[in-house]
Amino acid sequence: MNQAARSVVLHGLVIALLVAMFFVLPEYHSGNLARILVLAVFAMGYNVLFGYTGLLSLGHALFFASGMYGLGLSIQFLSASPMLAIVIGLITAVVVSGVIGFLALRTTGVAFMIVTLMFAQAGFLTVLFFGKYTRGDEGFVIQRAQRILFGVDLSQPLPRYFAALILFAICLCLIAWMVHSRFGKTLVAIRENEERARMLGYDIQRHKLMAVIISGTMSGAAGAAYALLFGYAGASFAAVQYSILPLLYVLLGGAGTTIGPLIGTVFMFYLIDISSEYTDAYLLIAGLALILLTLFAPHGIAGILRKKLAWLP
Amino acid sequence: MSIISTHGLSKHYSGLRAVNNVDFDLPDGQVRALIGPNGAGKTTFVGMLSGRIKSSAGSVSFLNTDVTDMPAHKRMSMGMAYTFQITSVFANLSVHENVALAARRAIKGAPSVVNNKVMSVLEQVYLADRTDQIAGDLSYGHQRLLEIGMGLAQSPRLFILDEPTQGLSASEVDGFIELVRVLSKDTTILLIEHNMDVVMRTAHYITVLNFGEILAEGTPAEIRSDTDVQTAYLGTT
Repeated sequence: MNQAARSVVLHGLVIALLVAMFFVLPEYHSGNLARILVLAVFAMGYNVLFGYTGLLSLGHALFFASGMYGLGLSIQFLSASPMLAIVIGLITAVVVSGVIGFLALRTTGVAFMIVTLMFAQAGFLTVLFFGKYTRGDEGFVIQRAQRILFGVDLSQPLPRYFAALILFAICLCLIAWMVHSRFGKTLVAIRENEERARMLGYDIQRHKLMAVIISGTMSGAAGAAYALLFGYAGASFAAVQYSILPLLYVLLGGAGTTIGPLIGTVFMFYLIDISSEYTDAYLLIAGLALILLTLFAPHGIAGILRKKLAWLP
Repeated sequence: MSIISTHGLSKHYSGLRAVNNVDFDLPDGQVRALIGPNGAGKTTFVGMLSGRIKSSAGSVSFLNTDVTDMPAHKRMSMGMAYTFQITSVFANLSVHENVALAARRAIKGAPSVVNNKVMSVLEQVYLADRTDQIAGDLSYGHQRLLEIGMGLAQSPRLFILDEPTQGLSASEVDGFIELVRVLSKDTTILLIEHNMDVVMRTAHYITVLNFGEILAEGTPAEIRSDTDVQTAYLGTT
């Protein structure tokens, strides 16, 4: 089997497995899985920039929140239909990531981390500043009646799960395709040796900007989906914690792999879920897991799998 | 016709004149060697030709276009290729992918077209039996050859090689000389080189830089007999 056929089979199997999961898992866990799928989309978006392009952003909460508030506020104040609100959420994410990318890519390395972090903090403070509309930390609920897309009530477990899965599947296919495209291979070249890639004649800045926009838009799509499927938008999703989480998901699952973000999100989600039953210091356990991982499996779970199966995309 | 030329090209680093007022002209089809003692400004000079280093004054013209303010990647896509003085390959990627990255930028064709180009290039640089090896695992000499292959895959009009034989074994150097002879049929070559044997055996014409200025230019025979060059660089044996 060639690389492309393997990729189709692998990703097809992952999606088929996720379809089956809904019917196999008890309701509590399938509900979790819907949330995980949306967060995995966020992680996949993050992975485009971090895993494939080698740019470490600490500001992806801003992109997530752009999609979330683009959708949420347009439903709340413009009475937009869910479809229109999704489009507005995506456009918001495209614009925000385009502007942030244009500005932040003037820096590299640590400075890039700091600049993205600061932009995201500015975004968070903006959400608080306009508390009259955003309701700040408290957030606002998107009513059930406003979450009916094409006649399907997204507040119900089954439609909600499959809406999340459809979004996830679209993003997974896009990334699987990107990895094999010229564009994706060029991103990897930039990650591996930027100066060499430049001296082969590639426009590094343009590729990086495209990567930020794709990454930011995918993260924004996750934010919009989160608000729509779970009916809530709040400032905590714009806080620094939501910039760190996708980094953790990707590190745990395996940076620069197509299925790593999903694996990482599942593990981190349940690690926090289970450990929070026993202790309030659940973030300590998450942190410990991450330290162990960095020490013993720096390429994440999918990275370990790839050692056994070199063809893993 | 000249492939590349400079007029008054200079690079000053806060008072230090690394390259000063260089007028240089490289005709189509020539193999030109650029020699000079360490610190003569050779790498800075080709850095300005390729666009890696911004010039302080003067102009660069490539294929009759003023490229002085053009970023490096655009010059490359116009038909330049550049190999680094310190080997620079994609160490974690396969040999095939290294060359494919170079070929893909230059060839806008289907994957099979790119693949054919990659295989023919790897044949040329004696790496055809190592396509799937990770580039970082190659020996130093093979990495140098790989980098030359990455240049070739772009089918450049001008190929700039910065000390390509540094660190190669005697037999690898012979292979390199043979390669330059073959390449020179299709492309113009600018070679920075310390190994005088390589220079004398490959170059049609030589430019000698010293203290950032052109000390002499001429055929290998002329340069060998030039007393200024002998004093500055070759020694007076």
